[in-house]
Amino acid sequence: MDRSKLAFVVAAFALLAAFPLVAGAYGIDLVTKIMIYAVFALSLELLVGSTGLVCFGHAAFLGIGAYAAVLLSPQDAAPSILWLLPACVAAAAAYALAVGALSLRTKGVYFIMVTLAFAQMAYYVVHDTPLGGGTDGIYLYIKPALLDKARPFYFFTLACLGGVFVLLALLLRSRFGRALAGIRVNEQRMRATGFSTYPYKLAAFTISGGLAGLAGFLFAVKDGYVNPELLSWHLSGAVLIMIILGGLGHLRGALIGAFAFALLQEFFKSEAVFGGFAKHWHLGLGLAIIACVALLPHGLVGVPGQIRARLVGRRTGVAR
Amino acid sequence: MDLTTFLIQCLNALQYGLLLFLVASGLTLIFGIMGVINLAHGSFYMIGAYMAFALAAPVAATFGGGFFSVLAVGLVLAVMLGYVLEWAFYSYLYEREHLQQVLMTYGLILVFEEVRSLLVGDDVHGVAPPPLLAGTLPLGELMTYPVYRLFISGVCIALALGMYLVLTRTRLGMMIRAGSTNREMVQSLGIDIKFLYRVVFAAGVAIAVLAGMVAAPVSSVYPGMGNLVLIICFVVVVIGGIGSIRGALLAALLIGFVDTFGKVLLPSAAGVLVYVLMALILLWKPDGLFKAG
Repeated sequence: MDRSKLAFVVAAFALLAAFPLVAGAYGIDLVTKIMIYAVFALSLELLVGSTGLVCFGHAAFLGIGAYAAVLLSPQDAAPSILWLLPACVAAAAAYALAVGALSLRTKGVYFIMVTLAFAQMAYYVVHDTPLGGGTDGIYLYIKPALLDKARPFYFFTLACLGGVFVLLALLLRSRFGRALAGIRVNEQRMRATGFSTYPYKLAAFTISGGLAGLAGFLFAVKDGYVNPELLSWHLSGAVLIMIILGGLGHLRGALIGAFAFALLQEFFKSEAVFGGFAKHWHLGLGLAIIACVALLPHGLVGVPGQIRARLVGRRTGVAR
Repeated sequence: MDLTTFLIQCLNALQYGLLLFLVASGLTLIFGIMGVINLAHGSFYMIGAYMAFALAAPVAATFGGGFFSVLAVGLVLAVMLGYVLEWAFYSYLYEREHLQQVLMTYGLILVFEEVRSLLVGDDVHGVAPPPLLAGTLPLGELMTYPVYRLFISGVCIALALGMYLVLTRTRLGMMIRAGSTNREMVQSLGIDIKFLYRVVFAAGVAIAVLAGMVAAPVSSVYPGMGNLVLIICFVVVVIGGIGSIRGALLAALLIGFVDTFGKVLLPSAAGVLVYVLMALILLWKPDGLFKAG
């Protein structure tokens, strides 16, 4: 990571840490939600951006983490996050290990659809069986100590986000991360140089699922409530859109994408700006997304580069 | 389950499968030939269903005639819509990465849904089948079967046959097949590939719109109907093997039967059966049943 990128990330986290000083309850709730989305987006970025595996069923891992948080909590006492959080991550990672072991046999669009299939299976298990409480979902009556207030939970989420970001940054710089990059660029060649790529991909898939489970745990504790929509393909699609919007292949992209997607949504939903038209907020969001594809081929992360290229082009044009 | 019920369920499964095939065939053609993942394809189905509802009154007022003139007007509009969309949006996507296509077509879904909401509203509507086909056929002593469902199957079979003949027996079909194998080579042989793509896309849109229009009287017309169809059609395309019309037909019928009989025999697991089927097939044949050659 060069200096300007590092400065951007440090500044972003500093801003997030300072935000509760100025924000009200609504702002804190919104940014907490977006930070959880960012954790989720980062977990998917490890697969899509870093390894080149497009998973279209990522919400299943988030949902399993969330349901684990509710189902494992005792009815009459506050759970301790010391065991609950690892248990949620482990539950999601276990399902990811099973799904990955099977679906990594396929490639490309087929892989996309197999991951969707496994996610839909998990969706129907919580949707149609008594285990998950059906469409109504289930409540988490007693939240873990300290995390039942908005501000402490905000900082806990921020710490999780920071932890995941640092973990992935280190992971991608390690030998393991280099191998994943090699698989993304040319898997055939990686195999020819003597790497057995399957275990690497499976490890990445499992880690990614576990981190999505962390995001699910955070969702369950934030809302005190889980429902099958957490596993729906709409959410899998939305998180994919976030990281593409932000710019694939950069951890910052997942952060920027989660914030851009959620804030665009809030902007087009706001009645203060659009009045009665705000209920048609999908239209604005859709047009904004189309404009992003047309104008920003490298996602939001690529914007500074594009501006720089434009400026340099103009300068050399003048010199000529 | 007695024989008559079994027969009725078979006919239902056939009709559902054929309808899925119509939508999925456009999807698989656009994907196989132009390499575009078109998430908005389900929206065309939705647009078709809403056309069947919303065009009924104005068409009857200007041209006269009932359901069939609505079909004709809808088809013309659909071809125009496909042609314009290809020119305005999709022609920029051929050189882009798949995920950029996913992003743009996702944006288009949102736009289509909201424009539909602005124009027609968010209510659920019913569409009456044409009086000519509104009757029922007796099956056995007690059961009857609606003629309109048989009509849907008939339309689908006719279209499937037509598509097959165009693709295998005509010069245009030859160019389309060649274009799916090697774009540059076809271009250097002097064939206007841009025009060819526009035709394929417009045809794909028209078929999906037609599927929506003929389905409207049995499925009713409701917001979000496109998304449901989209996912299940992707399942069909992938099971059949991307780009393969034959595979799409087989997979669509398979899904039709599994889904229909799943709802009758195993109602609690009906939703998940289709996905279990897809996972099993792809684990057995990672490239789908018929890989396009």
